[in-house]
Order: sequence, then C-alpha cells, then structure tokens
Amino acid sequence: MTSVTGAARLESAAWTAEGTAVRREPAPYMNPYLAGIGLGLVLLAAYLIMGRGLGASGPFTSLVAWAVDRVSPAHASGNPFFSEYLQNDLGHPLKTWLAFEVLGVALGGLISGALAGRVRRTIEKGPRISSRSRLAFAFGGGALMGIGAKLARGCTSGQALSGGALLGVGSWAFMLMVFAGAYAMAWFVRRQWT
Amino acid sequence: MSAPLFKFGLFGDEFSLLVAFGIGIAFGFFLERAGFGSARKLTAQFYLSDLAVFKVMFTAIVTAMLGIFYLSWAGFVDLSLVYFEPTYLLPQIVGGLVLGMGFVIGGYCPGTSVVAVATGKLDGIVFLAGLIAGIFVFGEAYPAIASLVNATSMGQVTLPQVFGLRYGLVVLLVVLMALGGFWGSEKVERWMAGKRAAEVAQ
Repeated sequence: MTSVTGAARLESAAWTAEGTAVRREPAPYMNPYLAGIGLGLVLLAAYLIMGRGLGASGPFTSLVAWAVDRVSPAHASGNPFFSEYLQNDLGHPLKTWLAFEVLGVALGGLISGALAGRVRRTIEKGPRISSRSRLAFAFGGGALMGIGAKLARGCTSGQALSGGALLGVGSWAFMLMVFAGAYAMAWFVRRQWT
Repeated sequence: MSAPLFKFGLFGDEFSLLVAFGIGIAFGFFLERAGFGSARKLTAQFYLSDLAVFKVMFTAIVTAMLGIFYLSWAGFVDLSLVYFEPTYLLPQIVGGLVLGMGFVIGGYCPGTSVVAVATGKLDGIVFLAGLIAGIFVFGEAYPAIASLVNATSMGQVTLPQVFGLRYGLVVLLVVLMALGGFWGSEKVERWMAGKRAAEVAQ
C-alpha cells in the first residue's frame, strides 16, 4: 500500500497546474481512531448546542428545489417534495442551518488539506481506468447517492452518524444497508480503484 | 438541565447559522484529517485494504453516543430535545442499499465530496453534479413514488424501545460491537497486507 500511495502522490503531483519539483510531500493522514474521536466530539457539540446532528445532502436538496422554483414556480409548488424545501422560517430557501454547515465543511476541509499539503488538482482513481471513465462513474455514483439519500431521508452524515449515535432504528438499518450495498457492488467496479 | 442550548432559547436563528458554520468547519477539518477527501482512501474500505471508514465512523458514533448518554444521565442535557430522523424502515433499507452502491461507484458520500472539492479533486466536483442530478430525478419522481418513500413509518424510535432493552445496555452492546469490529479490522488489514506482500514477492 505504501508504494502504491507513493505512486499516486507522484501522479497527482504531475497534475497540478502550477506544480513544480519543489512541491511539498503531503503529510500522512491522522490516526483513524483519533479522527473518529474528533468527529464524535463535533457531533456531540451539535447535539448539545443545537439539539440536532450533522448533515450534508440537505443543502443540495434546497439548491435543487430553489433552482426548480426559479425555472417554474408553478411546477415547484405543485410538487410536495420541492415545496417542502422551499418553506423556510429564515426567509430564503438557501438560508438554512445545513447550508451554512456545509459551507463550513468546505472551509474546514480546505484548512486541513492546506496545512497538510494535500490541496492539489487531481482525479482520484486506480491505475487501470481512464480519467474520462472515472468521471463518468463519479457522476453516476453521485446520482445514485442523491436518490438513495433522499429515499433514506439522509446520508452518511445525517442518517448514519447523527441518528446512529442516538440509537435511531432507521439509522442503524440504513447504515447496515450502506455497507451491504457497497460490498455487493465493489467487485463490479474494482477496475476503477484497484 | 441547560442543553441543548438553542432549544432553551440561549440564542436565536441568525446566530445559529454562525454556529452551523463553525461546527461545519470542525466537521470538514476532521473529515479531511482522516483522509476522507480521497476517494481511494474511502473505497479501500470495500476492498479491505484500509478500513479507516469503519474505524472513523464507529469511533465517532461511540464517542458521541457515550457523551450524550452520560450527559443526559447526569441531567445536563434533555435527550428528548435532540432531534434525529424518524424511522421509515423500508425506504431506509432500500435507500441505504442504493446509497452504498453509489458510494463505491462514485467514490464519495455527500459530506466527503464537499471536502474532496475543497481540496481540488475534479472527480469530487463531477460527483456533486451527479448528486444534484440524482436529487432532481428523485424530486421529479416523488409524486409517483411517494407511497414507497412514506411506507413503514415507525416514528422517532430507538433500538432500546424496539428491542425492549435498557438504553444503557444497548449503549454497552454498541461499544462492545465497535471494539470487536476494531479488533477485526486490524486483523483484516494485516492479513490483506501480508497477502499483497506475498503477491509482490512472487
């Protein structure tokens, strides 16, 4: 794994537009148990301060509902799914708690990545697949993710993590199924990653 | 009893958005620290070479679960005021399967794809475009599939309620399961590393 990761780093370094030979080697990732404790404390803080958990797919739903409403207000208000996301106490469909949280996620990710020398323009993939195919898989996987997250009323953040730590029944059923679905599918897309 | 602070009116909606931004920064920071801005790191979970997804997720769940359990027991937080999604068993089972497939095909989940975009991953941007397209398709299909989406509604139920066990016992069982899982993960990783080393040596 070490040598494979090393090769991936060299490959990704070659991708950077302004990349030069003196580019810093990325720092190793944090110990997973320590990172997990960190994430758990963030989630606990959300419970204690706000009385709610984290989330990630909600703001993109708000974005879709807002866009549909901009194109055709009649169509959006006639659809109970979109119209629910257009109702908002804060005055604008995009002004939501989760939208501000996800903006923070982007900034926090950027800060951590920049400190570790891990911000670089690259495409994450295994050595046996072209960039074009990888991007097609990324789009298709993202679309399935959107459908699955909306069916389940949340994604890995809102459902598995946030509901899981509060012992929600649906969250645990969802979490087991996420692992089941991913392991069942892994063999079919192995060329993308290994 | 004074938490959740927001529910006891310590601050209003506008300030809560600032809280959201701050919590998001910490959330994104630890996701990136864990390596979750990388699709290869995330999907390695499903090829058993690196089980960080399981380790990070379950350490986070155990940490938050123990924290809220003890603080509630000590009377510091009113657990009934902490919101979580109600259970709709069938759509959550189907949705979990679909999302799991999307995870290994797309390489990210929604939160980690935001971190991927923030750290320059082009596939993260395309994944987010796919996510938005998928949500749009779901929304358009909603009137036709509403009966599935709202099927098997069980309300805001917890595992202790469904299985008739004490809350603290389920907390203990989750901790034991996680510890067993961590022990197993370390064994699997060592076994896979040995297998790869043997393949290279041949």
